[in-house]
Amino acid sequence: MKNLIRLVEGQARIVHDDPWQLVRDDAPQAAGALILPLAHWQARQDAEVLAGNRLSLQGVLLQPDDDPEALAEWLEVLPLVAIDFPSFLDGRGYSQAYLLRVRRGWCGEVRAVGEVLRDQLAHMRQCGFDAFAVREDKSAEDALKGLAGMSVLYGRSAIEPRPLFRRRG
Amino acid sequence: MYHYDDYDRALVHERVVQFRDQVQRRMSGELSEEEFLPLRLQNGLYMQKHAYMLRVAIPYGTLSADQMRTLARIARDYDRGYGHFTTRQNIQFNWIELEQVPDILELLAGVDMHAIQTSGNCVRNITTEAFAGVAADELLDPRPLAEILRQWSTVNPEFLFLPRKFKIALCSAEQDRAAIMMHDIGLYLYRDEQGEMLLRVMVGGGLGRTPILSQQIREALPWRHLLSYVEAILRVYNRWGRRDNKYKARIKILVKSLGIEAFAEEVEREWQHIKEGPAELTDAEYLRVASSFQPPPYEWLPDVDLTLDTWLAQEPSFARWVERNVMAHKVQGYASVTISTKPGMAAPPGDVTDVQMSMLAHWAERFGFGELRITHEQNIVLPDIRQRDLYALWCAACEVGLGAPNVGLLTDIIACPGGDYCKLANAKSIPIAQAIQQRFLDLDYLHDLGDISLNISGCMNACGHHHIGNIGILGVDKNGSEWYQVTLGGAQGKASALGKVIGPSFSAEAVPAVIERLVQTFVEHREADERFVETVNRIGLGPFRERVYAAAEATL
Ligand code: SF4
Repeated sequence: MKNLIRLVEGQARIVHDDPWQLVRDDAPQAAGALILPLAHWQARQDAEVLAGNRLSLQGVLLQPDDDPEALAEWLEVLPLVAIDFPSFLDGRGYSQAYLLRVRRGWCGEVRAVGEVLRDQLAHMRQCGFDAFAVREDKSAEDALKGLAGMSVLYGRSAIEPRPLFRRRG
Repeated sequence: MYHYDDYDRALVHERVVQFRDQVQRRMSGELSEEEFLPLRLQNGLYMQKHAYMLRVAIPYGTLSADQMRTLARIARDYDRGYGHFTTRQNIQFNWIELEQVPDILELLAGVDMHAIQTSGNCVRNITTEAFAGVAADELLDPRPLAEILRQWSTVNPEFLFLPRKFKIALCSAEQDRAAIMMHDIGLYLYRDEQGEMLLRVMVGGGLGRTPILSQQIREALPWRHLLSYVEAILRVYNRWGRRDNKYKARIKILVKSLGIEAFAEEVEREWQHIKEGPAELTDAEYLRVASSFQPPPYEWLPDVDLTLDTWLAQEPSFARWVERNVMAHKVQGYASVTISTKPGMAAPPGDVTDVQMSMLAHWAERFGFGELRITHEQNIVLPDIRQRDLYALWCAACEVGLGAPNVGLLTDIIACPGGDYCKLANAKSIPIAQAIQQRFLDLDYLHDLGDISLNISGCMNACGHHHIGNIGILGVDKNGSEWYQVTLGGAQGKASALGKVIGPSFSAEAVPAVIERLVQTFVEHREADERFVETVNRIGLGPFRERVYAAAEATL
């Protein structure tokens, strides 16, 4: 994917050679490192992967209606989970990322795709996203500036489990 | 009131810097209006009919004299010399230039204020009742938990793009003066026999197009679980609330479609995962926040003030004001005063000029402990006034047009800005309010009528809370002209009720006469000292309807 920002050990970088390709409608001839909607992903896996015995070569795209719990049995074999923002006004992806990280303890990549814009990146980061495919008409360089957000977080988040009242001092 | 520390201050200042940058990017065209929209809404900035409107947060309606002076300065320097207090206990400035907003926000940050989340599909200003901490019937002070919730919901990253706006209110008195049952989440705070603070949690209330009163989802929730429980509700709502139709997106629709039991089960399941954890509130945090709300240094005063008694006997208009605008206080010798912003023709409901704001700040310092409150009836409360100063305060208030003795009376009208300002309006509210006020100028008559609430909204969005007015007036559009539908029997408080429509709507000119006939019907049927709404409940809509529509036919 183009225009990708990734956090590696807390450092944000623009990635120029990302191999992943997002395929929303499964074209059977598509090959390579694909990210697929859950149903298509499932259809492509063989029994070994579905049984959790071998790693999958494809990543999953969670759409807003999907329940992250649906991935529970395959978290061991997934290389990556992408979460879709069909509109930046749709906030379901934040809860999905939170649940994947905190409830399921998923440590792999969680990538925001779709309407991913500079002014939402800090919120996404706090909810556990660590890769951001910035909408292609926008500059990724520019979007980097939105990643830090504000220094104060009152509540808690996937990356800071303690609310401010436990950190205040 | 709550005192900001370095964290609180850093947040509001960083937010100004962030928004200044966003405004610049909007003006350079780097951000499209569509992209800018949620950013400006979450900073309280709306586009109205003629100009931008900025809504400033007044958390749970409490502000200091200095903060009030800053609002006066904004009204004077950046607006047209006035501001409008809203039914959400906030203030709105109606004539704002986009490029000046960052400077205004910086002024606000300088006095620990902001406009964060006063709009947009996120958790809005937390409200509680205006007499918190001073009301004689208070069981507990709701403000520490309101402040804790305010902080937790401010820029909470998971819940900034909810399906729709989300309002939370808290109340802890015998009487509910915070309209708890019309909130997305309403919290009643009380103590059990062991003295433990508990919460009764209500969910799914709201006015608007589909008015619904909230239902109880949980009884006896220990206060320590406040944040995790609200988080569980919000997560369920964020994930499953409807997003396909904005009129069906509030949590009330989700609660209604699942049914309260199924919704409660969902919440319970989510909550089980998070209830034991770092979100559990601590005594230390409660005490830290509560220390900001310690009672001020009250003097020991006699219960009966002789000078007050003398003035009451000598000045009937003062006595009338005391009867309506002064409320009992916890502390002997003190009183809480409500300054009415409903003088009639002189100003629309809720509008206060910069000079009046400065005077209010001055009185708060001179007669009280420097604190003011905004009520959801759009009036202003001076919470701690010595009884012996009531007369001096009344004289000063009368001099600047703030002496209206009509709190709770028919002319204490709650009205949204309506068609004069608001793009969404079907009809104007302000001229209707003023025409009704003009019709009821006889103060003796008004006082005899007693408590009647009259609420006006310019459209279905119900910012004027017309559903819970004893008399509700709703602006409707009839082939491009402005008409008004009338409801009767609405009420707020623990006996909340939604008003019922009396019949076909009326033209603007007809409204004052309609109200007059409703009132006459009440007077004819009233038993002893019955309140208007009690009479309506006892005799039903029939007699009111007959009177109003018979008269309408006679004039045809
Ligand atoms: S009720 Fe309607 S007209 Fe009145 S302020 Fe709200 S949206 Fe505008």
